[in-house]
Amino acid sequence: MSPWLPVLLPAVVSLVTFVAGEERGRLRVAVNFGGALISAVVVIRLAVDAYAGRVHTWEIETLPGLAVGLSSDLLGLLYATVATVLWGVTLVYAFGYMSHAEDRARFFGFFALCIASANGIALSNDLLTLFVFYEVLSLATYPLVVHSGTAKALAAGRRYLYYALGGGAALLVGLVWLHVLSGSLAFVPGGALASVADHVGELRAIFALLVIGFGVKAALVPLHGWLPGAMVAPAPVSALLHAVAVVKAGVFGIVRLVNEVYGPELARSIGVAQPLAILAAATILFGSIVALRQDDIKKRLAYSTVAQLSYITLGTALCSPLAAIGALAHLAHHAAMKITMFFTAGSLAETHHIKSVSRLDGIGRVMPLTMWSFAIASFGLAGLPPVAGFFSKFPLGVGAAQAGEIWAVILFVTSGALAVGYLAPILIRAARRGDADAFGDRSADEAHDAARRRPESDPRMLWPIVTVALLALAMGLLAGVPGSPLDWAARALAPSFVGWTP
Amino acid sequence: MSLALHLPALLVVVPLAAAAVAFVVGPRAASWIALVTGALTAALAAAMAWLAVTTGPVSYAIGGWGAPLGINLIADGTAAVFLVLVGVVGLAVTVFATGYFRPATADDPGPGHGMFWTLWLFMWASLNALFLTGDVFNVYVCLELVGLSAVALVTISEGAEPLRAGMRYMFASIFGAMTYLLGVALLYGAAGRLDMRQLAESLDHSVAAQTGLALMIAALLLKTALVPLHFWLPSAHAAAPAPVSAVLSALVVKGSFFVVLRLLLDVMPPGYLGDARVLLGVLGGAAIVWGSLQALFQQRLKLMVAYSTVAQVGYLFIIFPLAAAGGTVLPTALLGTLVHATSHGLAKAAMFLAAGMALKRYGHDRIADLAGAARRTPVLAATFALAGVTMMGLPPSGGFAAKWLLVGASLEAGQWWWALVVVVGGLLAAAYMFRVLAHFIADPGDRPGPVGNLKPLRTEWVPLGLAACASLLLFAVPLLTRLVESGTAMVGAGVIP
Amino acid sequence: MSPAIIYSIAGAALFAVGAYGLLVRQHLLHKVIASNFLGSGVFLVLIGLGRRSDGPSSDPVPQAMVLTGIVVTVALTALALALIKRYYSATGLTTMEPPEPEEGAR
Repeated sequence: MSPWLPVLLPAVVSLVTFVAGEERGRLRVAVNFGGALISAVVVIRLAVDAYAGRVHTWEIETLPGLAVGLSSDLLGLLYATVATVLWGVTLVYAFGYMSHAEDRARFFGFFALCIASANGIALSNDLLTLFVFYEVLSLATYPLVVHSGTAKALAAGRRYLYYALGGGAALLVGLVWLHVLSGSLAFVPGGALASVADHVGELRAIFALLVIGFGVKAALVPLHGWLPGAMVAPAPVSALLHAVAVVKAGVFGIVRLVNEVYGPELARSIGVAQPLAILAAATILFGSIVALRQDDIKKRLAYSTVAQLSYITLGTALCSPLAAIGALAHLAHHAAMKITMFFTAGSLAETHHIKSVSRLDGIGRVMPLTMWSFAIASFGLAGLPPVAGFFSKFPLGVGAAQAGEIWAVILFVTSGALAVGYLAPILIRAARRGDADAFGDRSADEAHDAARRRPESDPRMLWPIVTVALLALAMGLLAGVPGSPLDWAARALAPSFVGWTP
Repeated sequence: MSLALHLPALLVVVPLAAAAVAFVVGPRAASWIALVTGALTAALAAAMAWLAVTTGPVSYAIGGWGAPLGINLIADGTAAVFLVLVGVVGLAVTVFATGYFRPATADDPGPGHGMFWTLWLFMWASLNALFLTGDVFNVYVCLELVGLSAVALVTISEGAEPLRAGMRYMFASIFGAMTYLLGVALLYGAAGRLDMRQLAESLDHSVAAQTGLALMIAALLLKTALVPLHFWLPSAHAAAPAPVSAVLSALVVKGSFFVVLRLLLDVMPPGYLGDARVLLGVLGGAAIVWGSLQALFQQRLKLMVAYSTVAQVGYLFIIFPLAAAGGTVLPTALLGTLVHATSHGLAKAAMFLAAGMALKRYGHDRIADLAGAARRTPVLAATFALAGVTMMGLPPSGGFAAKWLLVGASLEAGQWWWALVVVVGGLLAAAYMFRVLAHFIADPGDRPGPVGNLKPLRTEWVPLGLAACASLLLFAVPLLTRLVESGTAMVGAGVIP
Repeated sequence: MSPAIIYSIAGAALFAVGAYGLLVRQHLLHKVIASNFLGSGVFLVLIGLGRRSDGPSSDPVPQAMVLTGIVVTVALTALALALIKRYYSATGLTTMEPPEPEEGAR
């Protein structure tokens, strides 16, 4: 089974969706769901193989001395599986959400292209390949951000491009420099730069350039500025791309960079891990505190994403096995929890025209299933067992303690409290006894009636929410079982830490 | 004697003969002749490339008369890259032109359009000859032939503006050609040779030889439209009919650049005219910045694309200050330059053809009024977007591969500032490309929709195909690498200290 | 001073005159004539160089070049005149840009 398939299948879906055009809606649905289903099966097959130690590799030569190549290792497959499985769920939601929108061919075409490139990023076996897909992802996201074509969307898109292309340029220079210096860009567990380890200055500069490049998508402060604005995109985009595929591409890049290019040991010894950790810590605090003050639900969630992404970055930068594993597990855990929240936000906006926290009073009684799902995700994000979040934050904290970074442990606890601070108001307001009839656009009778007739949203939107919330719960409850994200992360990263076994 | 041995001659003779035939028959038959000839010539170019890879550089003495009295054609890997580029772009433009020059309505008969096929085949023959020639005087003749047909092609549109732009182009072209010839005269006086290979062996450091070569290169820069000698390009490329613009921007400027490359890398030893090489790089950098800034502020699509050419030409000259550095710098930079020339050729042709589509379908090419084009004419918008990927140098396009190689060569040579220029140029290109794309995606409001159409409509897929090729060219780099590594037919490089 | 040098200097002078005319003069016919000056200047330099070799017979290559050059120049001149004629009948102008008030180029 070729590791190209998880890239190729969504790419084909994308192409067919474009060529089929706006009018052929049934073909679009069939191709997208068929593609998502087959892709999920393929990815899981590859994962089963990888668990059994069978890693498939496929590469072709491109630039002199370099190849574009994919390999189905466990580390990459974790991210690919998350992206692909959630793609299928999001498609259900998106077909409900976009059922009256314009330009659907363009939307779903680029959506599939994003998944293709996210899978490419995940399965790349060197930095060049990763960069290729990383830039494709940057471009493919743009039409989705500006989908509505309004001036506000176009402005957000422009801002996104400044960041994304600027970061891409830094990445390009860093990669070429690294290639000229070391002659190789391949991923090797534990690091591949031992032979040039004495070029400390250059290695530091390259690391900085690459972190700038990945940091844009990972929303590291001060490179996070595009993310809240990009929330102008349709909800499925915010959910799958701005909580999962795109932003995780950035942190995944950092994970690969620290663990498989520099290697935890070298990253520590040349002193690049420490500044990265401090930057990530600052981002966590910043994102959490700013999230407290947002009234717009999507913006609040976006700043929460900024903070949560840096858990992954920080865990990686601590260069301690347990922290790195917790970080990688958090990549999957956070995906399931945050996508639940964005789905909810989209349903609230679409079904009841609620976009701000202050108008949520009593919604829990109207949309119980939706809001219970949100609650599960919230518990997880705050780090309460048995939802998934706890099972990434616990190893993160223990790892930090083992690495002797007590400040990081304190930070994790603090930011957990902050998460409670920005999520609890939503739940509390939802649980209040509000005026159950008075939702949505109070002046518009039509919307009012619709809200009364169908208090929960379109089933195509409701069931995906429940599904992902249960997924987040399951990831936590089954954390000890082989195949759970935590177990997966432990196996994927073990080779990077010599002499350490799970 | 097998036919393969005559490939270089056939590459010139076939389109030339077809041009003559196309002149005699009517426009309808001429378009069919052009299609068949185009396919044949493209196939010949591919065969030439294959020959260059398998047997090494090919030298061909026209009529059996070798240098110094006769003229040699030389086909090595570098030439083959350009020949194939001309073949691919040429064929695509020919197919597109069958739709573009077909009278769409009774009131748009396009009077001069019947001449398009003859002139275009004539230019194709001249371009092939230019890329094949191994003789500095023959370069002059080819340049004039290309220039003559180009000027005529620019002016086949009706109206005063194409005529004005065509004449400006013509006078610039004449001045360039005559300056080039003056340089050839001085060089011949000093070296007594015209054949490039013989020149490479006998070049000395006399004032006459250096002045002659400097004049020749300056003239070629004018023809390549390197800043600040670009003044004639935007108006000419924007005023011409779209298929002509595509050929001019994608191929014709590459012709004169190719000669610069030959002269500086193959004929002259490294270090010859050392300071001038740095100057070329500086001008290239200036072109990138200046052209991009101009493109950013254009209101019309075709002018924007034309200024983009001014900018993209700059990248081709970064190689010259790097060439003297040792190690793998020169091969890397040369490959990067060739990849850039190829991908820019494909993408720029696609962009001009797309601009032609905009003109045909909306009746204008004002960028601001093309809002909603992504919804109304998705193929047009997709073409532009895909071509833009190459202009911006994002993977997996050829533009990306070129930037990677050029940045790598700069860093390896320790001249990081060229890398900076290349990267900044990519960002500027993104700025001017996304400005257009944002308009395409924007809500059209009450702006008028498409008014006309290409006939047959399927020709609108041609530019999209070209743009797609350009944006996937990274995967074709190994082919180009093999062509470059197949060696150069020139023996001069490094002979003279 | 050898004839070759004299020819070359005269050729260079002609070239300079032609360049001046092409760049400075506005009237299109002036530009065409100036282009021919350019050509003639270059041809003169080539002819002069042809006498470079000592001995009774001169070098044939420059003469071949001059002949070719003349052919090309004639073709170019014809094209230029045809374009100017079309341009004049389309616009009534004899300069590239509409003339300034004080210039009576027409």
